[in-house]
Amino acid sequence: MDWATVASNLVHDTIVFSTALIFAALGGLYSERSGVVNIALEGMMIIGAFTGAVITNVIQDSGSIAPWIGFIAAAIAGAIFALPHAVASITFKADQVVSGVALNFLAAGLAVYLTKIIYNGAGQTTTLTEVFDKWEIPGLAEIPYLGHALFEAYPTSFLAFIIVFLTWFLLFKTSFGLRLRAVGEHPRAADTVGINVKRMRYIAVMISGALAAMGGATITLTTTSNFSHNTISGQGFIALAALIFGKWHPAGAMGAALFFGIAQAIKALVQVYGLTQYVPTEFIFMLPYVLTILVMAGFVGRSSAPAALGKPYETGSR
Amino acid sequence: MNKAIAIFTKESFLVPVIAIILGLLVGAIAMLAGGFNPILAYTALVEKVFGSAYNFGETIRQITPLIFTGLAVAFAFRTGLFNIGAEGQFIVGMVAATTVGVAFELPAIIHAPLAILAGAIAGGLWGSVAGYLKAKRGVNEVITSIMMNWIALYLANWVMNSFFVPKGQQRSEMVHDSAIITITWLSQMFDNARLHWGTLIAVLAAIFFYVIMWKTRTGYELRAVGLNPHASEYAGMNVNRNVIKAMFISGLFAGIGGAAEILGVFHYQAILTAQPGYGFDGIAVALIGGNTPIGVILGAILFGILSFGAAGIKFTAGVPVELIRVVIASVIFFVAAHGIVKVFVKPILKKKEGGN
Repeated sequence: MDWATVASNLVHDTIVFSTALIFAALGGLYSERSGVVNIALEGMMIIGAFTGAVITNVIQDSGSIAPWIGFIAAAIAGAIFALPHAVASITFKADQVVSGVALNFLAAGLAVYLTKIIYNGAGQTTTLTEVFDKWEIPGLAEIPYLGHALFEAYPTSFLAFIIVFLTWFLLFKTSFGLRLRAVGEHPRAADTVGINVKRMRYIAVMISGALAAMGGATITLTTTSNFSHNTISGQGFIALAALIFGKWHPAGAMGAALFFGIAQAIKALVQVYGLTQYVPTEFIFMLPYVLTILVMAGFVGRSSAPAALGKPYETGSR
Repeated sequence: MNKAIAIFTKESFLVPVIAIILGLLVGAIAMLAGGFNPILAYTALVEKVFGSAYNFGETIRQITPLIFTGLAVAFAFRTGLFNIGAEGQFIVGMVAATTVGVAFELPAIIHAPLAILAGAIAGGLWGSVAGYLKAKRGVNEVITSIMMNWIALYLANWVMNSFFVPKGQQRSEMVHDSAIITITWLSQMFDNARLHWGTLIAVLAAIFFYVIMWKTRTGYELRAVGLNPHASEYAGMNVNRNVIKAMFISGLFAGIGGAAEILGVFHYQAILTAQPGYGFDGIAVALIGGNTPIGVILGAILFGILSFGAAGIKFTAGVPVELIRVVIASVIFFVAAHGIVKVFVKPILKKKEGGN
């Protein structure tokens, strides 16, 4: 096989694997930009992956619309699942990291518990017959190599890139975005000018849950076709890494998610082409985490969090 | 003022207890929703744990690593740090113990202690990376230690695959008998439940925790830095060094836990497909135990019983074992959001004060 084909496949796979990370990283972005730490992305992805698989499974007789309904249901479930995190960290001023840890635990337990109940004790959902089919952009997909790489992808991938743009627009070009960022940087100033800090944060955390869950559903509805206990194992944390690596900016987070997606695509490719003898796969898996630490430590650029990240806001406090 | 302190201490005892009750209630609701009988299930859980000598012994085995990781998380908490990386420190402790256990041949009197020491130091160093980055580069230790957990997992698999796992297998060679810390006579008393010296070391570690934290200058400085780094700096303490030291000691606990799990329970190291989970459970243990050594031991006993007894609820009441994860998650959630718990506590406290 020639290198152009390999490169074309690599880019294609990268987009497939990155899509879920882009959704989840954007999810993290809303929450953290509003000042609420979200290490529960992993758990929210689990809920999305589970809900997407189950709902699609139930209604798959209705045809190719089924995965879309599953996908939307996952987003709704994610937003609802994020609510306890919002209640704990915004209203009750709990430690946001601990609350996130609890939610990750809860999602892992609850999703498998419900799977076993629904599927009579089986540890995974039955394999879906109806999942997303790849879309080909007419014309562009015909371009040799480039077409397969960039213009032939799951609809969720196209959607993810659209949401990156929408997020950027919302965050930096609308008053809603300005308020959201103000609440995360200087909540007291925001409060002074009449922004309802707590409400903004509630909205942000719930959007966060919806987007992360869409990321989880992307995985069950495109690559795995079912949900089991290890469908989501670490992607939420890679998404968190992508968020930080991307310096809490939509485009940056997308870039980082694509970059980390390469790691997974390479993993798939090295198994196909037998390249493992040159680079141990373990080191490829490690890469996102090592890079994140290096970035955080300022060895590779600087990344600074929203100023009020992790601090509960007390109305009228100084 | 005294009255306020009295209420606070009452609350610090009541919050975990009520969080546990609420957690069990959430579990009961989940069971009812799934069409199961919660009373039957919880009874089965207790019967599983206390039903036979073997099961009782295995419950102790389950409790042991939770004490270690609980102490690790609690120690860091006391010094103002959130060590979410006990998981990774536990894993590198396993790797170090396996390495010493398999690669070296030594008399038992040196081999086992050396393997445990290696695990402890590996865990300590792994933890101090997060400490170093916090102290020198101002990086939030939560993020670094999450990342370090995953790095540890893949590093462990790489070390095992490269040096210790025979081709085509999924686990390392056995550690030499001289490095094994299983207590054979005690195991036989408990129908071959995997009991080991690690449990005793865990209790000693809890005592060590107490002594170093409250009876030494080191502990005083660590706590001071945790409470107020600026004041500590002003008083002439080296804040940066204390942060690294705190994470090192915290990692020691988790590292010994990992080592004990290899040397006492499995005698080999498997290729990891997911995080072992003891480090994350350690967060729950530390929180429920109020970050005190005795609290950690009690918390570990509770979560050990819940985790091991889960098999009982599956067998007797047909409830999927994951239910217990839901219960533990809810307990952590209610401890974290103690504001919610206080809504339940307030009426109880009012009733007591009503007598005055």
